Amino acid sequence: MGQTIAEKIFAAHRRDTPTPDNAVLNLDVVLAHEITTPIAINDLVARGMDRVFDSAKIKAVIDHVTPSKDSKTATQGKILRDWARRHQIKDFFDIGANGVCHALFPEKGFIRPGYTVIMGDSHTCTHGAFGAFAAGVGTTDLEVGILKGVCSFRRPETIKMAITGKLADGVYAKDVILFIIKTLTVNGATDKILEFVGPVVDAMSMEARMTLCNMAIEAGATCGICLPDRTTAAYLWPFIQGDYASVDAAVADFRQWHSDPDAGYASTMALDISGLEPQVTYGFKPDEVKDVTTMAGTRVDQVYIGSCTNGRIEDLREAARILAGRRIAATVRGILSPATPKVYVRALEEGIIKTFMEAGFCVTNPTCGACLGMSNGVLAAGEVCASTTNRNFNGRMGKGGMVHLMSPATAAATAVAGVITDPRPCLRQAKEAKL
Amino acid sequence: MKKFGGPAFVLDRSDINTDEIIPARYLTENSKEALAPHLLEDLNLDGFDPRDEKLRQARAIVTRGNFGCGSSREHAVWVFEKNNIDLVVAESFARIFRQNMFNCGMLAVELPKEDIDAIVALGPDLTLAVDLEKNVLMAQGSHKASFAFALNPFDRELVRAGGWLAFADAHY
Ligand code: SF4
Repeated sequence: MGQTIAEKIFAAHRRDTPTPDNAVLNLDVVLAHEITTPIAINDLVARGMDRVFDSAKIKAVIDHVTPSKDSKTATQGKILRDWARRHQIKDFFDIGANGVCHALFPEKGFIRPGYTVIMGDSHTCTHGAFGAFAAGVGTTDLEVGILKGVCSFRRPETIKMAITGKLADGVYAKDVILFIIKTLTVNGATDKILEFVGPVVDAMSMEARMTLCNMAIEAGATCGICLPDRTTAAYLWPFIQGDYASVDAAVADFRQWHSDPDAGYASTMALDISGLEPQVTYGFKPDEVKDVTTMAGTRVDQVYIGSCTNGRIEDLREAARILAGRRIAATVRGILSPATPKVYVRALEEGIIKTFMEAGFCVTNPTCGACLGMSNGVLAAGEVCASTTNRNFNGRMGKGGMVHLMSPATAAATAVAGVITDPRPCLRQAKEAKL
Repeated sequence: MKKFGGPAFVLDRSDINTDEIIPARYLTENSKEALAPHLLEDLNLDGFDPRDEKLRQARAIVTRGNFGCGSSREHAVWVFEKNNIDLVVAESFARIFRQNMFNCGMLAVELPKEDIDAIVALGPDLTLAVDLEKNVLMAQGSHKASFAFALNPFDRELVRAGGWLAFADAHY
């Protein structure tokens, strides 16, 4: 029988098979940020094991709270910074060069097809967009990864998610993944890998694929994964041009990772997304999702555009299409956090930052900040936030706060109206005004 | 091998996430001990009080499906460990939480819904004991009952080794 992409990656990285159901894999990249890594560093130091397996394969960033907001977060940054210096970790991104990990690391070309990647962060699944096996892990796995360059996983079982149809204007990868999570439920993919295939995925940009894979964990999945193709090769070209004679050669090489036609899957699901409406969450679980039209009119206090899910340039462009020439409602606080410095500069060059600011948005530096309720836009009890992030857990953006997850376009339309709003009429108007 | 069990506390709800177990605002702590007072502080469960004496005395948790979903934070495991709870019995776990439990040498036991129903029915004065040789969970409440469970052999190795760091250091 043939193999899935995940099985191929496992086979190429297998270090040990402690039982038929478990695999210990060699790691290509270990990623680190300042929330979950310092405690691992402290523990390794305390055990007299303050070593790294390969400083070139470790990439680190201070992104969750930056600039630091108090002594505790300053200390976390310092522990990571000192460690990166001590071990000569060249790819360490500190203030001025830092951005949200799952947006920054791909942008630097660190993630390649066929790679194994771990990080002490559940949204590490984002990097599966490149045809890598990328999984979030806890601190102990991170420590072993840092020390030994290995991680253990159960045998990879895959759910094949074939997505067909045509995305309407105003409907995005975010809406597709919200709908998938609603369909699978929050644990429908636990211990499974979600392999996204089909014409809709083929047509998606790398940024859209990252949005898709980012939320695989919200259905419980170990990893989301897309098959690496010409879009992947074109995105990575600045980083791989020394390795391949041409983009065509890279595309041909990437095919080695594609799932075989006779590969075995735990299950296969077919999804036709034609006619899909923009999606919005309503409860405290990411599978509590409804069509925007049924949620329309829900009052919000804050609109947050940013995060590893939707803080990239294409996201900002879509929101700016709606915000151009409009003001956000007087009752709403609008916050934009471009996910990386590169996104920020690009948005400045394209006039997008100006559009946001003229609409009444506050623009922060690249950081996680409000997404996990730590800084730059924490909610008060009883407040409601329309957010382009990935988690609507009770208290996620501030104790007693409520979060509605949605696409950047829906968030922008919501900011303008002050209540949850379908972005499609706004986008139609913007289009007509242009003609 | 280590002994697991003791007085148990029931959290009768599915999908309890890591933000409920230990909120993100405590992730700036750099010691595991500092987490201990904040166990389940934001749990959304009718009638639940995180200061409940019974919770403080518990050595085990019994709960429903998809326990520990959400973030990868191992803090969600340490906050139990630092409250002397090293056994969680659930209908199912989120992958990262389950892996973090075994990585710390702690025990995550999965039982079918009917068994969890039966344990919950034993009432509030519940004590659990685990026989890791026979893979049996013994429960004592209004009466006695026992339940067979399956344990992944590698996870058993991790419990035996006292966690993944010790295992990996010995093997790789
Ligand atoms: S933006 Fe939010 S979800 Fe993404 S890494 Fe940061 S805190 Fe986590």
